[in-house]
Amino acid sequence: MPAYQILVLGSIVPDPLQTLEPLTTPQGPGLKNEAMLPHVLDPWAAHALYEAASLVAKGAASKVTLVALGPKAKLQQVMMAVGQKVPFELLALDGPASGFTDAHEVSARLSEAVARLPGLDRSALLLFGGWESASRGAGVTLQMVGEQLGIYDQFFGVDELTVEPDGALRILERVEGGKHQVSRCAGPPAVLGWATGNLPEPRNNPQVGMANMRALLPALQKASPTPAGIGGVRFESVVVPRVTRETRIVKDQSVDEIARELVEWIRKD
Amino acid sequence: MTEKTAPGPIAPPSRQSLDVDIACVGFGPATAGFLTTLSRRLADASRPPLPSLASPGLPLQVVCYERADDAGFGVSGVVTRARAIRAAFPDLDPAQIPMAAPVREEKVLYLVDPVGASRRSVTLRAADRTLRAFHGVDHDSFELPWTPEFLHKTEGIVFSIGQLMQWMAGQVMAQGTVQIWPGTPVAEALIEGQAVRGVRLLDQGVDRQGRPGAGYLPGMDVHAALTVVADGPVGAVGRQLDQTLGMPGRNARREWAVGMKLVVDLPEDTPLSAGTVLHTFGFPEPEIFGFLYVHPDRVASVGIFVPSWFDSPTRTSYRYLQHYVQHPALWRYLQSARLRSWGAKSLLESGRRGEPFLVGDGFARIGEGSGSTNVLTSSGVDEAFATGVQLGEGVIELLEAQRPFTRPNLETAYVTRRRQSWVEQEGRVSERARDGFQRGVVTGLVGMALSGLTGGRASLGHEPPHPADQVGSVETFYAGKIPAAEVARIRADCEKRGVPLHDALMDRAGWPPIPMDGQVLVSQQDALLLGGKVQAPPGYADHVVFLDPELCRACGKRVCVEICSAEAIRPGDAGTPAFDREKCVHCGACLWSCPTRLSGTERVNLEFRAGAGGLHSAEN
Repeated sequence: MPAYQILVLGSIVPDPLQTLEPLTTPQGPGLKNEAMLPHVLDPWAAHALYEAASLVAKGAASKVTLVALGPKAKLQQVMMAVGQKVPFELLALDGPASGFTDAHEVSARLSEAVARLPGLDRSALLLFGGWESASRGAGVTLQMVGEQLGIYDQFFGVDELTVEPDGALRILERVEGGKHQVSRCAGPPAVLGWATGNLPEPRNNPQVGMANMRALLPALQKASPTPAGIGGVRFESVVVPRVTRETRIVKDQSVDEIARELVEWIRKD
Repeated sequence: MTEKTAPGPIAPPSRQSLDVDIACVGFGPATAGFLTTLSRRLADASRPPLPSLASPGLPLQVVCYERADDAGFGVSGVVTRARAIRAAFPDLDPAQIPMAAPVREEKVLYLVDPVGASRRSVTLRAADRTLRAFHGVDHDSFELPWTPEFLHKTEGIVFSIGQLMQWMAGQVMAQGTVQIWPGTPVAEALIEGQAVRGVRLLDQGVDRQGRPGAGYLPGMDVHAALTVVADGPVGAVGRQLDQTLGMPGRNARREWAVGMKLVVDLPEDTPLSAGTVLHTFGFPEPEIFGFLYVHPDRVASVGIFVPSWFDSPTRTSYRYLQHYVQHPALWRYLQSARLRSWGAKSLLESGRRGEPFLVGDGFARIGEGSGSTNVLTSSGVDEAFATGVQLGEGVIELLEAQRPFTRPNLETAYVTRRRQSWVEQEGRVSERARDGFQRGVVTGLVGMALSGLTGGRASLGHEPPHPADQVGSVETFYAGKIPAAEVARIRADCEKRGVPLHDALMDRAGWPPIPMDGQVLVSQQDALLLGGKVQAPPGYADHVVFLDPELCRACGKRVCVEICSAEAIRPGDAGTPAFDREKCVHCGACLWSCPTRLSGTERVNLEFRAGAGGLHSAEN
């Protein structure tokens, strides 16, 4: 089985549980009190990371490198949680993680960083990332990074990757109707934008954490300033999903009754 | 013919182990002080490196395991003089820490009861009448014209401890010399005789009863030459040590409180400026103290403390908090505010008298769980941080001298430092300051003043009883307001409906209904979801366990249900409370509120074990 080199492009987003309030800052659009919000690894990118680590564990890949563009202090904070999950190396770029940054600028910075990566082997390269993003990103960054690196075999909405005995990649992409499109790719380089995959979130493993952190901390300390702006884009308006909660505690309600209430609730909109 | 045999049971994964030099349990202010001190020394290239004995050839291996899912989750807000914090960070600029502001104005308000439902003594009723008669009240409150100096937080700082912890974790991690691992609860200490040899992490991949399930991963044994125990007053490891080693002399943990708060966005036209601090007493019940701290950017923390000496068995923090914020003295600021965050936490109020054995072979204790809180000045964060710094300095001294972490060495290097510090001196002064509260609020306040003004030489000495013995009966608490026969009827009705007692009793006692506005006044479950963002990762066992169901069934008070900050403990089947791990915020109020003591022990019929998840807000 070939040993691929997997780069996972992923950054951080405010913990989706938090209440987000958009506003205009001197630097452009932002979120109120964004510095106070706890952050997590973008859940879509996290799926990609766990799938990549699974391929390493199966012997299909040699190592995983997470390439993350985000504020160094917040990246460091998130690595304290993610670092216990699976083994990986980190290439940290100290810059904005806001989804309001221009996707073209972000992709340019990421592709430059990838191209400079010591030991990069394009013939073994699988570029992983999230199919979408839980940030305010446009969801096109990964695709542009691939294009800027000249990687044109791109798959999005990936739920499963199987390495066949001849080294080909069998890929399941989500399509309409809950079905998958099955593709066969002769081999790397390729871009895979993951949906949710099939793996549960790995357990926290302190041994993994100890091993990871010996490299993660120096990587964070070496994070180079990487500015990325909004590319001259002017935001007319910004709207976040409306949060509506009506909490009741009801015991022993039938499934039919729950479904009826949900339908009524959805119809309100 | 071949015989088919059924596959044998799959062997469970074996328990892994890890060797480090120093393992810390819990990341709060104390550990922040410890790791700040130690990490700076480890990063100091001008001094000889401190090598690891656990991993020869590597630098000292220092890890910190935090139960909550991130550094700064599940803690509290505070106003502090920040003496130790400023000493550790001489260039501290509050503007660099979200939600931090220098104290600009500090007031103490006595709150008159505007609804007539509060249980007030004859003395307080007379005080209320007198103040009203002489027009001494403004918005049903009376500002004390003078307060003793020891209560002041002059030149202090208003912090969100969540934000402060995130900032300090960032400072520590940036040194690159120690590791902080959130989301990693420690189940227990590895004890050999009287020595601690490390910690065992919590099992993952188990069901509610702790039985192995899918993805079972036994908690790792982390062997360490030194275990730093800083898991707070209800932490599993600290309490395990207390049970194993006992308490020195007559020390005991008898006094507690649960602090519950809201973090709100104040309206744009608020007259309150950052750094405003209000302390209140008198309402919603005389035993319940409250506060309002104003952070920068029109954010405020507002909350109450419900103490163990409040004898009501229906001591619901959340309902009382809702009445508190509606008091006219506060509602004038909060009427158009909006909830940002919510949380609750137990506070050990025994102070110096709750001090356990601070050191032993292979372990040291710091922070609130080590009895560092000053119960006279109501200050704990700075004291906790100071004990961490003291241990850090002591540990560096031992490491540089290549001396082992034995009890005598830790006594010399850490305990001696602590005994010679202001933490100890002021802790001694405050030691008996709260004793009068067992006899009433006014007596308690007199006792505090007496203790503070005489430097601790005089007090209204009265050894507090075990908190389980401080809980009165519903009938006594509501005597004169609700006839006993009606209490019995209400109790039967609530049992039938499977709901706690407190709402029905408070409604009947004259507390007005809460006019839910969806902004500040929200249901308790919405406070969890919108404010605390409470989470519980799958694969962990229940951490609240009722030991003997028969004792629960026989308990007529069920204070655990009434005080539960998150409605995680509810009336269950057959009279035994039911625990819902997904709602728990790990405040620990159920532990010290359980009125059923196990015969001949200090323990109660409820176990509060290590657990995962809880609050997901770093604004508290």
